[in-house]
Amino acid sequence: MNAHGFVHRYGDNVDTDVIIPARYLNTASHSELAAHCMEDIDKEFVNKVKPGDIIVAGKNFGCGSSREHAPIAIKASGVSCVIAPTFARIFYRNAINIGLAILECPEAAAAIQNGDEVTVDFDTGVITDVTTGESFQAQPFPPFIQNIIEKGGLLNSL
Amino acid sequence: MGMTMTQKILAAHAGLDFVEPGQLIEAKLDLVLGNDITSPVAINEFEKIGANSVFDKSRIALVLDHFTPNKDIKAAEQCRQVRQFASKYDIDNFFDVGRVGIEHALLPEQGIVVPGDCVIGADSHTCTYGALGAFSTGVGSTDMAAGMIAGKTWFKVPSAIRVTLTGKLPPYVSGKDVILHLIGEIGVDGALYQSLEFTGEGVASLSMDDRLCIANMAIEAGAKNGIFPVDEVTLAYGENRFRREAVVYEADPDAVYDREVVINLDTLRPTVSFPHLPENTRTIDNVGTVKIDQAVIGSCTNGRMEDLRMAASILKGRKVADGVRCIIIPGTQQIYLDAIREGLAETFILAGAIFSMPTCGPCLGGHMGVLGKGERAVSTTNRNFVGRMGHIESEVYLASPAVAAASAVTGYLTDPAKLN
Repeated sequence: MNAHGFVHRYGDNVDTDVIIPARYLNTASHSELAAHCMEDIDKEFVNKVKPGDIIVAGKNFGCGSSREHAPIAIKASGVSCVIAPTFARIFYRNAINIGLAILECPEAAAAIQNGDEVTVDFDTGVITDVTTGESFQAQPFPPFIQNIIEKGGLLNSL
Repeated sequence: MGMTMTQKILAAHAGLDFVEPGQLIEAKLDLVLGNDITSPVAINEFEKIGANSVFDKSRIALVLDHFTPNKDIKAAEQCRQVRQFASKYDIDNFFDVGRVGIEHALLPEQGIVVPGDCVIGADSHTCTYGALGAFSTGVGSTDMAAGMIAGKTWFKVPSAIRVTLTGKLPPYVSGKDVILHLIGEIGVDGALYQSLEFTGEGVASLSMDDRLCIANMAIEAGAKNGIFPVDEVTLAYGENRFRREAVVYEADPDAVYDREVVINLDTLRPTVSFPHLPENTRTIDNVGTVKIDQAVIGSCTNGRMEDLRMAASILKGRKVADGVRCIIIPGTQQIYLDAIREGLAETFILAGAIFSMPTCGPCLGGHMGVLGKGERAVSTTNRNFVGRMGHIESEVYLASPAVAAASAVTGYLTDPAKLN
């Protein structure tokens, strides 16, 4: 399983309120949530994002509320992977549970720039910045987590 | 090697004699919680895989507290979905408008969580119940769905930070100031993936309301859970309240902690978190002149009886400043009733504040006090992220009920001790 896309870069402590503001939590519709993804940190995100794109961010990505609507919105907007040095723990668990690939890699998160073209090999954990030619090694997912992501979420994989 | 309190509770619920940090375990759950925002997503997952029963209808709590009374048609539909699910599976602890309170004020008050429990909730502030000596942590909706089906879930056993409290809180300094100070010290990811274990002789002087407030915001330091030892205060609180038998766990004397943070309660000052992160703390002595448009006193963090009493003691005989909207929200119906009986409601209304029914409402910019462009609120809630309470150009200053009430009177962030 691989990811390939262009990078949308954000800073530290991106919280779930800016990923999907609570004013849109009166729905569980994936497409409606995707239409407001990242709205309070980057109004243009929904217009820019293309299927397969990758979010690269600073530490503690997804902090705050436990709303699963946050990884759902990111995944439904077409993003194939999020790379950060660390993730807030509830977001980390939620992302895997709904089948959104996330990788902890401080080196990649520091080096990859906005707009870069990036590929990720989930089997090996190798992240390649095609634009610069640099490669980074993240801890690959164990097979059972890869299986959850490939099946599209925890409950689909049971 | 000894175990922390959290390790002991997790070991017991996993049927193991010993667990160590980093170990993956499967633990039995004493309670699975959801609200009107997170439960619909969980119910969709539950139904998608064709589940047709819950593990124990007495061990699930569904609390319609966020966008209720229904703020719009979509919110109404979400509540309707949860209501139908609760009815279909005969969920014992289903709370609807008229009986509902803010979940983390309500469940302890009703004795639904007890010391020694292992609890997951599809709400990040589920960590509140650590105040009772339970292991309790926030999860997402999929984990909630799986928990409702199986009555168990997997955890990675967290390592712990020991937070040693010494001394005693001075007047106008509360549990809120303790937790804001701690988050300011260690940062919003200072306890990421870890447990915060509160200990030390200072714990004994903290009321249960203070402890619930402190544990509530453990998540704001990134923690998996925050937990207090069970003592006389806990057991007195539980008398005629706890619906199940409390199981008391104590950390071993040789438990291993990643590090220790010592907080001397004697020297704490009223503390305010500036926008847009809870870690941006300053003492009230260093806030400068910050004009506010709104003061909110309530939420799962600070909507309890002591919070309302403190606010009333400051607002009594005073008026909310011109140009300030002061919104006071009790955590539960019982607190609402007690506030009326004690005369606090009258104090609030005479001061020019609004005193509403329990709801999470304004804390997450839902309803009942959404902020407009450029507006500033001092709020006893738990998050001050960009756009948290409304417009992305609005600002939230987190503070205690004492600071929020004093600021409502002057119109500026104010030290309650300095009011005339």
